[in-house]
Amino acid sequence: MAGNWLPAAQLTGSGRPVLQQGEVECSLLSSVDLFSEENPSFPHLKSGLVILTTHRLLWVQESTTSSPTAIFIPLSSITHIFSVKKSIKSMFASPRFRFQASLGEKGTKGMVMITLILRGKADIDSFLEKFWEAWRKRGWEDGVKYGSEASGSGLVSGHGSGGDGVLGVRMPVVGVAGILRKEQEMWENTDKSLQEAFQDLNALMSKAKEMVMLAEKMRAKLLSGSTSQATGTNDEEIGTKEEMQELLLSVGIVSPVTKESAGALYHQQLSRQLADFAKIPLERAGGMINLIDIYCLFNRARGTELISPDDLLRACSLWEKFDVPVMLRKFDSGVMVIQSKSHSDNEVFTRIRSMVTTPDALRAGITASDAAMSLGIAPAMAKEHLLAAEGKGLLCRDVSPEGFRFFVNLLQEVDADDIFLLIAAELKIMESIIHGSKLSLLPGEIEEA
Amino acid sequence: MQKMGEFNLPNFFNYPPYFTLQPVRETREKQIQLWKELIIDFCRTQKIFVIGLEEDFPLFSNPAIERSLSHEARMAFLSALVYDGRAEWMDKGHRKCLVLWHRIQDWADLIVNFVKEYGLEDSVMTVEEIRSGTESRGTELQGMDRTVLMRALKLLEHKGKLAIFKGSSADDEGVKFSL
Repeated sequence: MAGNWLPAAQLTGSGRPVLQQGEVECSLLSSVDLFSEENPSFPHLKSGLVILTTHRLLWVQESTTSSPTAIFIPLSSITHIFSVKKSIKSMFASPRFRFQASLGEKGTKGMVMITLILRGKADIDSFLEKFWEAWRKRGWEDGVKYGSEASGSGLVSGHGSGGDGVLGVRMPVVGVAGILRKEQEMWENTDKSLQEAFQDLNALMSKAKEMVMLAEKMRAKLLSGSTSQATGTNDEEIGTKEEMQELLLSVGIVSPVTKESAGALYHQQLSRQLADFAKIPLERAGGMINLIDIYCLFNRARGTELISPDDLLRACSLWEKFDVPVMLRKFDSGVMVIQSKSHSDNEVFTRIRSMVTTPDALRAGITASDAAMSLGIAPAMAKEHLLAAEGKGLLCRDVSPEGFRFFVNLLQEVDADDIFLLIAAELKIMESIIHGSKLSLLPGEIEEA
Repeated sequence: MQKMGEFNLPNFFNYPPYFTLQPVRETREKQIQLWKELIIDFCRTQKIFVIGLEEDFPLFSNPAIERSLSHEARMAFLSALVYDGRAEWMDKGHRKCLVLWHRIQDWADLIVNFVKEYGLEDSVMTVEEIRSGTESRGTELQGMDRTVLMRALKLLEHKGKLAIFKGSSADDEGVKFSL
């Protein structure tokens, strides 16, 4: 759609941008037009969602029907940002601002003046400020450095990595990595001369050199600390520390949606992010996961940017409106779970049915923990499934001092439904089993009978 | 098949969920139906008229599978019988239940048949004689619950088919048939 001017941005299944290594979202705006006044061949992009990250300016088509498409402008290609002109005219027109970027394929590269029109009720000044900040901070350079250091795969080439392997001042990493960084910050604050650098990001930039040195010092201190301790008695602690650090870093959401960055779009974006996030835990949990579990996992991954249970619930209930592969489900008991849309109850019921019609289960029934083990899910979830199956008339319960067990429902009348035909067939087996087992269980009664 | 005296117990008697009151409506309805049939059958063959909810009743527990009915379940099954007109509560606290495997009207008919069969249309009998006299031996009236019998006799009296009067002894009443 954007021709050869703008590269397409990758989106996740729920319509969230796929971020690069170390990329963090800064601000979101809805209903934004993007076009070029001077260049007619530049596509006119109407009413989309603009996402400003530390690396890119993304424009996502806001359409509910088809799968959204998106393009991006790397911040590195921006050569100038013009400030908003205050005039009488601008009082009445939608707020707009312009920036200059060098876009296009190699060879056809050219300067393009791009205009952004904000049609929504957005605060243009604060957005522009964030835009400026992100552009000036040159977060993408750190990203490249970080990326090439970590995996050896450069993301966007063409920028000299001046660090030469030196771990420079990283861009603010949020998520769990943020916690680690905060700890560092605390140490750093002891140095009073650098305190102001942390309070003012502009000052930070100017003192970058000092910061690099400090960070280097910190790292060296950390390393020496761990080696000196490793030679000591508690190397086990070090092992767990490193393991912990690795673990924490691996689960972190690098760019959590926050109220600050997303504003009015907060719940909507949170909802999409959650949908993306839930995929892996869902798969692991067999297609259904407790809301409480996902709350813990999600917040752990978000690190410092915690969300409230209410936000989670609102994010989940927004899924109905989006085309996402997950859904919120409420059981009769009130337990709420997240399940993938591909997950179906019938499949679970079939498995439960085969479980309760084994000879052992026909005689002794099954418990929630039995079901949990064979379904590979949490006992609480298994119980919900069993109760649902009971509600369908597939099972019936046995409450005794020994506990709560479920049996295949033989009380139901034989129905046209194939389930019950099967049960009727099982009834005959059951009779023989009961009498067989009775003989083995109660040898004293053989004579009586 | 498991037996309790001369009574053949159904297969369900060894099925543990049979002893737990099922929470799902359709399942419970079927369960209650099965229990009603069992209770009526059992009482008829064993000539049991009164079931005490708090007393041991052979049907209400199955030691073979170590299951017994909870008070709530007993209440549910007996209440269902009461609802069908096949049982009556004998006290306000619902602790004793009178099981009517024949309805009062059916008992009355049985008495009329018995009277006709033995040619007692115009004779006088005591209430006790109807229950345990030589004439009623071998009929369904033998060993009949006094309460049920009195109810049936009152019904017939109401229809003018007999008259009940105080007998010579204080604890017995006489019946004058006039069919």
